Amino acid sequence: MYDLLTNLLGNQIVAYVIAASLPLIFVLTFVLFAVLAERKVSAHMQDRLGPMRVGWHGIIQTLADMLKLLQKEDIVPEGADRPLFNLAPLLTFLGTYAAFAAIPFAGIYVGSSTAIGIYYITAVSGLVVAGLLLAGWASDNKYSLYGAMRTAAQIVSYEIPTAIAILTMVMVSGTLSLMKISDMQTAHFWNWWILGGPETGIVKFLLIPFMIITFLIYYISSLAEVNRTPFDLPEAESELVSGYHTEYSGMKFAFFFLAEYANMFAVSAIAVTLFLGGFHSPIGYLGHSLGIDWLIPVEQFFWFAFKGTALVFVQMWLRWTLPRVRVDQLMVICWKYLIPYAVVNLIIVGIITLL
Amino acid sequence: MKKYLKNTWDALWTIFIGMKVTWKHLFIPSVTIQYPDEHRPIPDRARNRLYVNIDDCIGCMQCQRACPVDCIDIKTVKALPTDELGLTSKGTKKALWVTQFNIDFAKCMYCQLCVFPCPTECITMTKVFEFSEYEREKLLYNFSNLTLSEVKEKEENYAKFMEKKAAEKAAAAKAKAAAEAKAKQESEKKDNDNKPSSEEKDS
Repeated sequence: MYDLLTNLLGNQIVAYVIAASLPLIFVLTFVLFAVLAERKVSAHMQDRLGPMRVGWHGIIQTLADMLKLLQKEDIVPEGADRPLFNLAPLLTFLGTYAAFAAIPFAGIYVGSSTAIGIYYITAVSGLVVAGLLLAGWASDNKYSLYGAMRTAAQIVSYEIPTAIAILTMVMVSGTLSLMKISDMQTAHFWNWWILGGPETGIVKFLLIPFMIITFLIYYISSLAEVNRTPFDLPEAESELVSGYHTEYSGMKFAFFFLAEYANMFAVSAIAVTLFLGGFHSPIGYLGHSLGIDWLIPVEQFFWFAFKGTALVFVQMWLRWTLPRVRVDQLMVICWKYLIPYAVVNLIIVGIITLL
Repeated sequence: MKKYLKNTWDALWTIFIGMKVTWKHLFIPSVTIQYPDEHRPIPDRARNRLYVNIDDCIGCMQCQRACPVDCIDIKTVKALPTDELGLTSKGTKKALWVTQFNIDFAKCMYCQLCVFPCPTECITMTKVFEFSEYEREKLLYNFSNLTLSEVKEKEENYAKFMEKKAAEKAAAAKAKAAAEAKAKQESEKKDNDNKPSSEEKDS
């Protein structure tokens, strides 16, 4: 991709800037539709209609909301720590967006084809916690601070099962590069890691239940990491008046919102890449059968976006199904259930791969 | 250990049950309606804004008297015998010009008490309930179909008619008085004619 752009534009810096902003375009469009989808899904699950006024069935509602947010007054509370207060939304979005650098969107496009992709993503996602903690602290509001402390406790706790689940996948696939993990699951859906991956024979069938468990552990703990219901304690509208972003308005609030939804896609994208075949098509490529080369990346991107969006939909589905857990339940789920299961799962998968 | 595994299984299983329920609801048609575009049916006897069919009104003011909050204000002018007012739809003859039929919906409490006494059933409840206004004055509805100039004309006509009538009456009274006076005079004359004879008799 870089080579192509460099050759095309003759300037490396411009090529890098363009390549780096491609995920931003995707993220912005995704957020525009995800926010609407969230509202529509929630409405229809509660037998309502949701936004119906702006455009056909409210299709451009988010655009109108965005325009409204752009026009809003940028309020900084009197007692707030001004520089930190202004820095927090940027840092949150930065942490989220940095994760997109290592996610392979298609065979020809990955921001950085680093060999330690998944490790980098796990590490850089930690920046989000810093951003949220900063927001809560700088707001000079006890509710915000509570929300931020909860976020920190929650995300740090759930990093452990997430990391162990990722570790399981790294152990099975033998690489940290997301591109290589994706390429292992090419061709057909029975090559997906959730269905035993490219292994053959008895190992594949032994792996399937443990891969499903790994997937569930990863998915549940990723829900907690992006602060979605049933783990939305940091925001908890009913008790904390929306937690760390209580004091934010206008564009800064929009940044938090953007980061939240981008994060939803990021964790779904990692789940897709690790378990569900990444950008590879489950049924073979039209481009191959028709002999059109340029169609293949388009198809790959489509499948990647489709799978990621499907997982995001499941996140929304869960949000409107489950009530919020208590703080003690949150910790019990993590330390007494997810981590033991993840560790046992890791050991069993290790033994199976030795077979 | 057994309980631990059961807890895990129960948690997952109940989540799937819950997801099944919400999935079903995803396809249930919404129970809410898009209000200003769609309306729920209003019951037949619902009491909403009043409507006056002024063509049927005979100006009897029974509704005004029935109103507990005095929100109806009617003024009438008597019609001349030569005026053609037509009949109401029930066949009653109209004898009054209804020059003013104001209903102040800011005062109206929608009790429907004005509807029952109406002899021609011209004041009725409609199904319109969305008529909020920014200014209170706009809630004062005038149902009379006569223009101001027409009202003035009717009043003048009636005043003229009354004057004329009064004049006629006065003239008639005068004539009568004159006639009476004349009759009296004549009878007195008669008496006078008779008297001298008696006087003469007396003298």
